Amino acid sequence: MMLLIQEQSKPGRRAVAQAPLRKADTSDIPEQFRRRRPAALPEVSELQVVRHYTRLSQRNFSIDTEFYPLGSCTMKYNPRGANEHAMLPGFLARHPEAPESHSQGFMACLFDLQEMLKELTGMQAVSLSPAAGAQGEFAGVAMIRAYHDERGDTGRTEILVPDAAHGTNPASAVMCGYKTREIPTGSNGDVDVEALKTVVGPHTAGIMLTNPSTLGVFDRGILEIAGLVHEAGGLLYYDGANLNAILGKARPGDMGFDVIHMNLHKTFSTPHGGGGPGSGPVGVSERLIPYLPVPMVARDGDDYSWLTETECPRSIGRLSAFAGNAGVLLRAYSYALMLGREGMSRVAEYSTLNANYMLKMLQEAGFEAAYPQRRATHEFIITLRKQARERGVNTMDFAKRLLDYGFHAPTTYFPLLVPECLLIEPTETEDKGTLDAFIQAMRTVQGEVAEDPELVKGAPHTLPVKRLDDVRAARELDLAWNALAED
Amino acid sequence: MPFIPHTDREVREMLEAIGVDGIEDLFEEIPDDLRCGDLESIPPAMSELEVSQLMGERARQDGQPACFIGAGAYDHHIPAAVWQIATRGEFYSAYTPYQAEASQGTLQLLYEYQSMMTALTGMEVSNASMYDGASALAEAILMAVRANRKSKSRRILIPRALHPSYRRVAGNIVKNQGIELVELPFDPEGGHTDISALEPYNGEDIAALVIPQPNFFGVLEDVDALTGWGHRNKVLTIAVVNPLAMSVLSPPGEWGGEGVDICCGEGQPLGAPLSSGGPYFGFLCCRQAIVRQMPGRIIGRTLDQDGNRGFALTLQAREQHIRRSKATSNICTNQGLMVTTATIHLALLGAEGLERTAAACHANTKILVEQLSIIPGVSPRFNRPVFHERLISLPMEAEAALRALAAHNILGGLDISRDYPELGSAILTCATEKRTPGEIGDFVDKLSRVISLQGGTPCQLQPKES
Amino acid sequence: MSDLPTELKFAKSHEWVRNEGDGTVTVGISDHAQGLLGDLVFVELPEVGDSLDAGSECAVVESVKAASDVYSPVAGEVTAVNVELADAPETINQDAFGDGWMFKLKLTDAGDLDKLLDANAYAEVMQSEDH
Repeated sequence: MMLLIQEQSKPGRRAVAQAPLRKADTSDIPEQFRRRRPAALPEVSELQVVRHYTRLSQRNFSIDTEFYPLGSCTMKYNPRGANEHAMLPGFLARHPEAPESHSQGFMACLFDLQEMLKELTGMQAVSLSPAAGAQGEFAGVAMIRAYHDERGDTGRTEILVPDAAHGTNPASAVMCGYKTREIPTGSNGDVDVEALKTVVGPHTAGIMLTNPSTLGVFDRGILEIAGLVHEAGGLLYYDGANLNAILGKARPGDMGFDVIHMNLHKTFSTPHGGGGPGSGPVGVSERLIPYLPVPMVARDGDDYSWLTETECPRSIGRLSAFAGNAGVLLRAYSYALMLGREGMSRVAEYSTLNANYMLKMLQEAGFEAAYPQRRATHEFIITLRKQARERGVNTMDFAKRLLDYGFHAPTTYFPLLVPECLLIEPTETEDKGTLDAFIQAMRTVQGEVAEDPELVKGAPHTLPVKRLDDVRAARELDLAWNALAED
Repeated sequence: MPFIPHTDREVREMLEAIGVDGIEDLFEEIPDDLRCGDLESIPPAMSELEVSQLMGERARQDGQPACFIGAGAYDHHIPAAVWQIATRGEFYSAYTPYQAEASQGTLQLLYEYQSMMTALTGMEVSNASMYDGASALAEAILMAVRANRKSKSRRILIPRALHPSYRRVAGNIVKNQGIELVELPFDPEGGHTDISALEPYNGEDIAALVIPQPNFFGVLEDVDALTGWGHRNKVLTIAVVNPLAMSVLSPPGEWGGEGVDICCGEGQPLGAPLSSGGPYFGFLCCRQAIVRQMPGRIIGRTLDQDGNRGFALTLQAREQHIRRSKATSNICTNQGLMVTTATIHLALLGAEGLERTAAACHANTKILVEQLSIIPGVSPRFNRPVFHERLISLPMEAEAALRALAAHNILGGLDISRDYPELGSAILTCATEKRTPGEIGDFVDKLSRVISLQGGTPCQLQPKES
Repeated sequence: MSDLPTELKFAKSHEWVRNEGDGTVTVGISDHAQGLLGDLVFVELPEVGDSLDAGSECAVVESVKAASDVYSPVAGEVTAVNVELADAPETINQDAFGDGWMFKLKLTDAGDLDKLLDANAYAEVMQSEDH
């Protein structure tokens, strides 16, 4: 167990070099506005801080240390060069409100990225400003709403969402004031088009789709779906979470989508940072261009300028105070430049190769694929329902035991449609040796399930903590260290 | 091919294992008419060195002007240890801590962060961050509407003295849910939101009142009086604060005696470089009683099966991946890396370090304003106490003055005329602890010349302050 | 196999109703439902005095892996709520049909009870849900 930094605090201890050496006079601030007692922040030395957080970092799994086949997350290598380029002093020092005269270099990077993303996705215009995939989804649905509202078509109150969709899809639709209606997925993994026909109509504002879907398969009915929804007057939204599977091979714009969001922290390898920051640029077809969130970068000859609320009066507006996660955009830009034209299509090819190889090897090892008759895209699903039924060992247990073998578990229990599932996405940056080692670990745990199920049910055994009680965490809420209570 | 490790032999072995002739066979399920051709307008691949050279040139192109702009993003010293530790691979390339046992580093850090934010703001609980201060405010408003037991009101009182971008962002995010943002005027002399502005709403059905501290002009609001109005009228109160200022100023958990219900703001001053506006992070705190309405990730302390202490994501049932269309928000990521840097930054500075930094900014801005006021026609606006930022009136067009200063590599401040035309020619200016006496002197000198070159004093809309 | 109390009526969405015979009913969620949810961590109840329509969302039961809406099986006015559940939500896991009751209603229309399932019909619903 490691102490909290707060528990290592000693009154009067300070990291002296980190604060101005003298305390300036603030006596002109009247008493009524002032703080009465100092905040109960830790009082520790610089070495204590460095040691503490360095040691904490060693209690984490990460891409830099472990294989992380998390389906739907695209845990590919985060290039160190991208970090260095984004953190050049000139980029770090730029204030978001700096005048255009002192922003041309930065704006050039953003403009280039806008153009590249347009080309890669087949869309007509791109805004880089949404701060995350979910915010990109919000922007996309808000644009659909703005489009219908402006046309006076206010009877469109529903957004259609497949039952396999990521939770952010219905949540985003509701945030934009829509109701959601679920469409079932067929047993072959494609959206049930017959069911779609019965629910689409004049009340349909749009449909939100991922392709390849969250089930790890390419929806072969996509053109038919697009036609049905468009005919009914609705628009098509593309969740770009699985763009890694088709980058350079197929483009959402060509599939008929009106608006898409991209997850730069997935497809463009920006760091996951323990949970963020992400970045969710949106791309649109012609008819939605006026509604794109601001700001965006425009170019005229060699001059770059900002497109703001003034230049884009019909925009849905801005969704963050400044230009979105600029530092993340610069990392994505650097990555895109390093990949280049040839590298882009290699992404889809090798991520798909890796996934299909793993699928085949795991099937040969006796694991059950959820859609055995389909090719894997960049990810695929294994179901452990047999093991759960026969040995009482569920997917959660299996995942925890994989941790003991030094692999981060795949995504568990998503999508909800497939019981006891593992969604596995190796990405293109992993070599065959790593994949083979993981497959071997899966075989080993499979054997343990048969021979010694208690070992698996009690996992993990080798990590800083054993299985954590999350029921207790939710029932007895302890969300902050309390100075007084701890004594 | 960068980052793709496969040798030809390995590719052959894998294809054989799968049972196909070539990688292309794996794409057979994608209809031919959907296959895109070569991506002509994507440039060919560049090496890391070549990208360094290109981006290096672009970064240098923007210079590193002396920055006197605040307006929601502040140029503070970030100790070297902060980013050196945060960019360790184990933090930088870690995922969301869904597998808690494999993520105790991140989870404990987030718990420490939550604890520090409650200490700084005086609130009972904090979440693990939102995207930025402006969207955090939007989420706080949605939260207040949900948590309002008194009525189903969808009206929010929001001061005009709050950052214009925050008001716009909040509006853009909440308007599709039928929530109305009602603007409160600011006092033309003091620059604050006077309690009299609330009188028309006494006893009306209002969901929440937003209270900034300091406000956009750097002016200090009467937070106790405003919060007290909220308590008396059973209106939820939402504070929007600068976290650095909280080391010197009264924290929202103590306003009006009982404190506010929800507190949010921009965390950038705590360890995030200016970096063109992002990534930053929004913080969100609230009373324990309404914690189930709070969006975003929350980390809780618990025990493992051997009785040892550990940390895990909790209250996940409210989040999108479980609750879906009924979730508190659609938010999925937090700003993990930025929270990591903020936590290390706060641990290094502590309350004393923060207070000294805040005091240095306050004093530096005071010196800046005093010296600028010596220039004929230049004077500070508003006659109330301020914190670390000030609006000053100019005897010439703000845009022209700023442009002239920029030509000398000085960013003098923000022209506020687009959002506050009635305030005439004025700029919002700020000197953090990083601005040296030399830089301040240079700013004063250059502005003085720019103004005298303009010749004389054009019409001022307000009399000169003394 | 059905251990369902035969005096209860059920809704397809897993709520049960006990007719107290005096114009009031008691409502809870079935043992099957609590099993699906897992250990409950929080229960959100309606307030005394609330007026509910049949089929309307009126409560939420939350476990670590799900937060499910509870729908009022009949129309009525809430006369009491089980305050024990605030500190001990696990009571529903332990005794869903007894101590785990959630709220009581004054019935608006006794005919609503006839539209519900009896124990046998609900047992069939449970069976059809299992794979």
